[in-house]
Amino acid sequence: MTDTLVRTPSPSAPIASTPPTLTGGPPVGAATVEARDACAWFGERLVLEGVNLVMARGEVTALIGPSGCGKSTFLRMLNRMHELVPGAALDGQIFLDGEDIYGRGMRAQQVRLRVGMVFQKPNPFPAMSIRENVLSGLKLARIKCDDTEALVEQSLNRASLWKEVRDRLGSPGGALSGGQQQRLCIARSLAVQPNVLLMDEPCSALDPTSTRRIEDTIAELRRQVTVVIVTHNMQQAHRVSDRCAFFLAAENEPGIVVEQGPTETIFTDPTDSRTRDYVQGRFG
Amino acid sequence: MAAERTPRFVTEEPAQVDRWFDRITLAAGVVVLVLLTLVGLFLLLRSRDALSVTGVWEFLTRAEWRTDVKPARIGVLGLVMGTVLVAFTAVAIAVPFGVLAALFITEYSSTRSRRYLTALVDLLAAVPSVLFGIWGFRFLSAQIEPLSRWISRHFSWIPIFATGKHPRFSGSIFIAGIVVSLMALPIVASVVREVFAQTPPGEKEAAFALGATRWGMIRLVVLPFGRGGIIGGAMLGLGRALGETIAVALILPQVAQVVFHILENGGATVSGFIANRAGSDDFTTSGLMAAGLVLFFLTLGTNMVASVVVSHSRSGAGVEL
Ligand SMILES: Nc1ncnc2c1ncn2[C@@H]1O[C@H](COP(=O)(O)OP(=O)(O)O)[C@@H](O)[C@H]1O
Ligand SMILES: [Mg+2]
Repeated sequence: MTDTLVRTPSPSAPIASTPPTLTGGPPVGAATVEARDACAWFGERLVLEGVNLVMARGEVTALIGPSGCGKSTFLRMLNRMHELVPGAALDGQIFLDGEDIYGRGMRAQQVRLRVGMVFQKPNPFPAMSIRENVLSGLKLARIKCDDTEALVEQSLNRASLWKEVRDRLGSPGGALSGGQQQRLCIARSLAVQPNVLLMDEPCSALDPTSTRRIEDTIAELRRQVTVVIVTHNMQQAHRVSDRCAFFLAAENEPGIVVEQGPTETIFTDPTDSRTRDYVQGRFG
Repeated sequence: MAAERTPRFVTEEPAQVDRWFDRITLAAGVVVLVLLTLVGLFLLLRSRDALSVTGVWEFLTRAEWRTDVKPARIGVLGLVMGTVLVAFTAVAIAVPFGVLAALFITEYSSTRSRRYLTALVDLLAAVPSVLFGIWGFRFLSAQIEPLSRWISRHFSWIPIFATGKHPRFSGSIFIAGIVVSLMALPIVASVVREVFAQTPPGEKEAAFALGATRWGMIRLVVLPFGRGGIIGGAMLGLGRALGETIAVALILPQVAQVVFHILENGGATVSGFIANRAGSDDFTTSGLMAAGLVLFFLTLGTNMVASVVVSHSRSGAGVEL
């Protein structure tokens, strides 16, 4: 399929009769995420230090920087996946709409329900059907939905996968192509209607067409959910994001945020010379 | 023009090492098959005396063992029933505990204690079965009797838990099954643990990232992925339980009758019976050989089904348990 075909709004898009409503899910709408003096360790090793970053409600924030500077680690702190690694520790605070997600009385499961995540390697549940994959988050969190079929369609549509799979919702998720699997993972994350969606290099294993579709998806998600995306592709960061944060780690030093700001500024008029060198592809 | 094209099949002479490897693996496979056939043939030949006197069908369907009458009346039905009941009791106990142990080791224990726990379970497999037998016979049996009494009081409406008027709870199939389950447990646990440990980490992360609790993740990802391993482990445990000798020979009274009431004193298994009667006259020995042949096919069949199940279920191709 060509780009133009993908980009024209499809007639099969939901004519939004009544959007499905969830009970027991996250609060409705996008949320602001704020990191204050965030630090992370793996065992004794400090890998991330003093990150202050506001990822505003409904905006797309791109995290850029060379490999190993702590972008994934930072991302995984935002939905409490970091703590699943044995020996991982952290300091500082992460606020989700003003609430400290590491505060007392906050459960990791609740946080992860509100802050969805898409991984670098597509990881659908291969033996489950496409429909079951989309609905798996609801099942795990015991969320009720008044119209699951509509929710499946809506989620797949938002991930621009609906047209390709609507005739085979019962076939296993593992039988899709890599790009389709990744969009299925996005649909699966969106089905619980999270406030924030984290994406860790979601396109690095995909072909250009699939990449383009995922970028389109991100563009359509803007305003509805806050998106934080890690990417090594400078054009992609430029295209999809409102704001950018440049991470960097000097040798044997923890990663830090060197510079952050509106994407246009970071790409055209950065204040730090290291940022300029990086976005112009001179290192990393 | 497609019609004029001839497909060409590309083949290459295998390298010298590959050829040797092929030969050696083939030889190993053939040796195993030959041994298996020889064992079967040996049993068949040695059991001919007994089978010709009683007849194959009678031997399979009769549940008594009398060599004092003429012609002798011997049959394996009671023994086979006892064997199957002991094995199923053992597996019914060993599988849930084995799966729980495997889950604990792979999903709940810390990285450090995981190594020790794994070694511990494997160590359990190394305990000689006679130790389990003597322990079960001298010690465990008495501890189990109150449990047997309790089950018979509350669940006697289930036929196998029913008992006679004045039941004796020692030396029962239930107790033998419990002891044998201790021997099947390490097999089940280590097979299942190995399969669980291969669960793709990406799928586990996906479940966690969707807000799953650990148990939710296990139900959604680990158990469906490990389903083939659970079934395979159960079958291997069954194979082990079917052939177990010493413990049941010590615990069960070894009378060749059909016993349904597993809580009550009574019952026999093929291997236990053979162990008890070995070294008698030639005719009995021949009968025991015939009984052994039946057991041979029973375990062979079980293990074959097990290996087919395991190899056909690419772990992951299953539904939620
Ligand atoms: N599970 C882990 N255990 C130990 N060290 C890790 C682990 N994951 C990442 N690290 C280290 O933390 C640093 C940051 O890694 P990461 O956040 O993955 O970087 P990025 O995503 O920017 O490439 C790296 O130096 C990496 O070696
Ligand atoms: Mg990374």
